[in-house]
Amino acid sequence: MSLLQDQISHFLAPSRPAQNPWFGKGVADETMVWRRRIAYIDLTTKKIVAKPIPKQVRQLYLGGRGIDMYLLYNHVKPKVDPLSPENMLFVGTGLLCGVPALGSGRCDIAAKSPLTGCVGDSNIGGFFGPELRLAGFDHLVISGKTEKPAYLWISDGSIEIRDASHLWGKDTFETQEMIRDDNKDEEVKCLAIGVAGENLVRFANVRSGMKNSAGRTGMGCVMGSKNLKAIAVRGTMDIEFSHPDELLDYCKEMNDMIMNTRWARAQSKWGTLIIYSNTNTTGLIRTRNFQLNRFEEGEDLEPENMDRYTIGMSGCYGCAVHCRHRYVLRESPHAPIFAEGPEYTSLGAFGTMVDCKKMETILVANHLVNKYGLDTLETGGLIAWAMELYEKGIIDEKDTAGLKLEWGNEEAIFELIRQIAHREGFGNLLAEGFKTAIAKIGKGSDYYAIQVKGLSNLHSDERPTPSFALGIATSTRGADHLRSRPAIDLYGLPEKLLEEIYGAPVSSDYTSYEGKSRMVWWQELLYAVTDAIGVCKFQTVFCAVHAPNWEEFKTLIQLATGMGFTKAQLMEVGERIYTIERMFNLREGFSRKDDALPERYFKEPTTIGFPVVRGKTIDRDRFEKMLDEYYALHGWDENGFPKKETLERLGLDKEPSHMVREEE
Amino acid sequence: MQKILFIDPEKCSGCRICESVCSLHHEKICNPGRARIHVVKWETAGLYVPMVCQQCETPLCETVCPMHAIKRDAKTGAMLIDYDLCVGCKLCVMFCPFGGVNIDSKTGKVAKCDLCGGEPLCVKFCDPQALQYLNATTINLRKRRAAAEKFSDLMKKLLAIA
Repeated sequence: MSLLQDQISHFLAPSRPAQNPWFGKGVADETMVWRRRIAYIDLTTKKIVAKPIPKQVRQLYLGGRGIDMYLLYNHVKPKVDPLSPENMLFVGTGLLCGVPALGSGRCDIAAKSPLTGCVGDSNIGGFFGPELRLAGFDHLVISGKTEKPAYLWISDGSIEIRDASHLWGKDTFETQEMIRDDNKDEEVKCLAIGVAGENLVRFANVRSGMKNSAGRTGMGCVMGSKNLKAIAVRGTMDIEFSHPDELLDYCKEMNDMIMNTRWARAQSKWGTLIIYSNTNTTGLIRTRNFQLNRFEEGEDLEPENMDRYTIGMSGCYGCAVHCRHRYVLRESPHAPIFAEGPEYTSLGAFGTMVDCKKMETILVANHLVNKYGLDTLETGGLIAWAMELYEKGIIDEKDTAGLKLEWGNEEAIFELIRQIAHREGFGNLLAEGFKTAIAKIGKGSDYYAIQVKGLSNLHSDERPTPSFALGIATSTRGADHLRSRPAIDLYGLPEKLLEEIYGAPVSSDYTSYEGKSRMVWWQELLYAVTDAIGVCKFQTVFCAVHAPNWEEFKTLIQLATGMGFTKAQLMEVGERIYTIERMFNLREGFSRKDDALPERYFKEPTTIGFPVVRGKTIDRDRFEKMLDEYYALHGWDENGFPKKETLERLGLDKEPSHMVREEE
Repeated sequence: MQKILFIDPEKCSGCRICESVCSLHHEKICNPGRARIHVVKWETAGLYVPMVCQQCETPLCETVCPMHAIKRDAKTGAMLIDYDLCVGCKLCVMFCPFGGVNIDSKTGKVAKCDLCGGEPLCVKFCDPQALQYLNATTINLRKRRAAAEKFSDLMKKLLAIA
């Protein structure tokens, strides 16, 4: 393997700002953010180029998901095969990545999704993001494909493409351990894929550390298609801020602000599992794929029961909440297992959706998907769907090669997880994701698939909550709760307060359709900016009205980078990010027809739960009306295409503008 | 009575806020490698141990320093480096049994915890309270109470059997 040393690392010495060629005149000394760099890595030609990120791009897109989406739209040519070398992988750290507050270690991974064909984008916490910044890079653009397995070694301003033949076939934990051993450095942080990514499972994820995953939309599959086993970083350089003292004080304020919410306190103790108690009691959890909206025999899944296995909590970089369990499973046929998690997501994926009633099943399955590098949610969603097809007789033992896919059959689930990761037997079909599996199975199996744009939905049942339902339909990456979910809708807050937050009347009744399009629109903008600055969504208005949002982001950006934004300007950045994602999807042939819900949402009423959530379906006409309102708020026409004036207002009429380029 | 920076690794969540606030306060940048405190991790075993200068009663750093540049601060009890005297020989780094003195990766100078003049920022930011700034009596009592609880639990079990 060739060793490529980046030639301009000496420019990175932060003490010599005046010598940096891109440190233009008129830029105040405090704005160190202009000096942060993007690296272009071509795996085919082995060419590596590092460049500064232009000021204008920062102002328009901030960083993280924002700049990644800008790059995705600019660099990936229309209609490319997601698994071809022409697809590119973008890794971007948030603008505030590294500040000691709000779980600021977040990093965004993007590409055209091999699962859905639309925007592929997944966010990862943990320690990789800050380490990448400490190594001197904010963004990576990876193109091409190596002949032999390789991994990237990034350290203090230099990038090498190294041989990874010895890592091929190793699971995500072993891979990271071996890279650390190879480099004799315990502090190396990795993004790695497991065997699922190597085998091009369409929903393979990218893993970092024991717990963190960029789970959704198959970013691990894109890495696998490039023969890229891992990206390893080690950095000892400085991350500079424009107002360090004020920033320190303000970070303390932010951490206090979030820790004063009851939600954060509960999360500190039980992690995201705490959501289960509330949503299951209410009746918002899909059970047996989509047959019931509450898991009646799920006492063992209550978060308190996690106390039996947990040895303590663990946090991502810069997070005071620390919502991850470190758990040990001692007495089980699969023991001993030490792992981290599980999230609320896995609780549904391997619990409620597949009718498994034991916490232990979830702990084992969680460990398995993490080991193989599979998206927990997509895996669980597909297995649940297959189980319903098996029950309905659409598929039988012949199709599953002897696997008895009966509800709650945990051994069949573990085996199917293994098969998916290794692309064996029936797992090989599921490994293709919903779109292909539906086409191959046929026989009306699409009716049972709870997916939007080819991406599985969370185990949440949105029939009683129109705001959530609209959110999964409009999400640019397919059915997804992290694009817009206005979780505070469930709190029944006073309408006066809601109006203050959302800027117009919004109903406080979560089963109502009134004002919910505005709620979704507003949250979409907020989460786009949250991902762009690289803080954790759980530490924003996701969890409580008095949690940080626009005003706090504004101050944090000002203190960390010296960039001044008004609230309106920040919201505009959110609009810009969301609209460029939309433009990418439109270019790939997606439109209003794809902003849809599974048919069952309209046809099958809910049966149990709180009286207020019983007998609910989504009303088709009102849903379409919400969609109209939602498009109008974004400044898109009735087919979901951005209007000319919107493009001009957001400066998107010039896209693709190629402001960031590999060549001069 | 001087307070002590007390570490309870069982409570540490490994978020490394202590490292970044330490470097932000002392060096005005964020760089865990230049912080005076470091969370040593065994990730695959789930063990996190914050390591920092223990401000020893008989400090080896003070003993070995040929320039007598390390002295105790009367107010906080912290061992402080007098940079006017320090020649950067790094004997203190070599002899400290805890790795309590670190070499700044950028300046090459030695640096150590100064307890932030009596208000350690790492403690202020540590929400799980793995780092606490307490007086000796409190520490003693807490340790004893925690140990005694085990007996109390045992008594409860015995009583339940009876």
